[in-house]
Amino acid sequence: MAISPRYTREIPHRYRLEAQKFECGAVSLATRYVCPDSDCKKSKKITLKGTGKILTYTIIHIAADAFAKETPYAVAVIETDEGARLTAQVVDCNFDDLKIGARVELVFRKITEEGASGIINYGYKAVLV
Amino acid sequence: MREVAIIGVGMTKFGELWDQGIRDIYAEAALKAMENAGVEKIDSMYVGAMSGGLYAYQEHLSSVMADYIGQKGVPSARVESACASGGTAIRAAFMEVASGMSDIVLAGGVEKMWDVEDGTFVLATASDQEYEAYNGVTFPGLYAMMARAYMDKYNLTREELAAIPIKNHKHAVNNPNAQYPFELDLKGVLGSSMVADPLTLMDCSPITDGAAAVILCPLDLAHKFTKHPVKIKGIGAATGPIALHNHVDMTKLDAVRIAGERAYKMAKLKPLDISFVEVHDCFSIAEIIVLEELGFFKYGKAGKAIANGEATYGGKIVVNPSGGLKAKGHPVGATGVAQVIECYEQLTGKAGKRQVKNANYGMAQNMGGSGGSCVVHILEAV
Repeated sequence: MAISPRYTREIPHRYRLEAQKFECGAVSLATRYVCPDSDCKKSKKITLKGTGKILTYTIIHIAADAFAKETPYAVAVIETDEGARLTAQVVDCNFDDLKIGARVELVFRKITEEGASGIINYGYKAVLV
Repeated sequence: MREVAIIGVGMTKFGELWDQGIRDIYAEAALKAMENAGVEKIDSMYVGAMSGGLYAYQEHLSSVMADYIGQKGVPSARVESACASGGTAIRAAFMEVASGMSDIVLAGGVEKMWDVEDGTFVLATASDQEYEAYNGVTFPGLYAMMARAYMDKYNLTREELAAIPIKNHKHAVNNPNAQYPFELDLKGVLGSSMVADPLTLMDCSPITDGAAAVILCPLDLAHKFTKHPVKIKGIGAATGPIALHNHVDMTKLDAVRIAGERAYKMAKLKPLDISFVEVHDCFSIAEIIVLEELGFFKYGKAGKAIANGEATYGGKIVVNPSGGLKAKGHPVGATGVAQVIECYEQLTGKAGKRQVKNANYGMAQNMGGSGGSCVVHILEAV
């Protein structure tokens, strides 16, 4: 399993939804030196509002061990209102209410914990709005 | 650049190979390929493997494999591009021969997947670890999201999607190396356990142990070794976004389209020229999208075409005569090499009951992750 610094350095986007807006207009939640769709290297930090919509989704029935106790759970590709794309679990919902285009809001949640004595990892999940 | 040919091939049976370790299966395939080519010494070698470390706790495969095939001293390198590691190994060997740096080069792929407990975790390391796997998405989950997007956009039904594994299992019946050489019906697909909605277990390629190897040499020397060399006529490789969510359209795989275009351009051929194709059907939906990106069917049409029998013997083009990843098995790093071996056997008329008639040009398409990388080979018997 990975050690704590790997998680610590991801805190800005996972805890606070800090993203980058490149001068070309593209928005990336992932930290990048270069825009993935242009050669633009200049960006400023923005904070995502956390609202967006589902582009596609699935219900995971077979998971990696770290998530096995949570099955079945929903995962979706989400586009935020600022245009950032991300993958997140969709929680506190009836699976039947999930649909492409559904509005969601990102919330701060526990993601995993590293065994009995490891650190607890937090991040974003989505809820239907 | 010199022209390059395949002069020998070898592979293990694909399946649960409990009596052999990772070095044993690589050595078996490599030694078979060397014997098949009639070579005792090679000038250089490549090992395509996704994760010797996580699957078998063994890195440094370049040295292990050279040692265990009796070739200590040769330069050797392990190459990795997730599930496209095998195709990437052949491309590396091709470049080394084409450049004139070496004459006889071994390209082998291997994966020993049954020795590990949390295989779902290992496979997910080929996705975006920080932005996808961290949040609990699995590989079947990523392809399930592609399937849902495709079914929504093009009105593909769940039953039509099931036509892919049903077809590939039917082909595998005639492949003695296949992991699951038995037929599957609609009830078998829809009734199998749910993995990631809408994909069931029978939409997903299996966990497989296996290795495959080919020997490359300059085309000018090839007939000294064999009467039936197969020329590598075109190669295209490309990368795409590591994360599915960064695909502009989740029903497309840009890396496959770009790799295909490069291979067609190098070979000076078009989709209509290709006699059969081995594609990377890691999940049922993948075969559909890949066939569209390679130009065999228009966007939105491949799923229904496969369901209508257009991708099997007697149809428009035979797709996955080997049984594909689904039924032949998918030892990740070996898959790209095994696809090229199927092309070799078809083009040299050695494919037995699964022989495609009048096979002039074969294509192998090998893909990493959710379209993060792709290698396409076009082959021709000479």
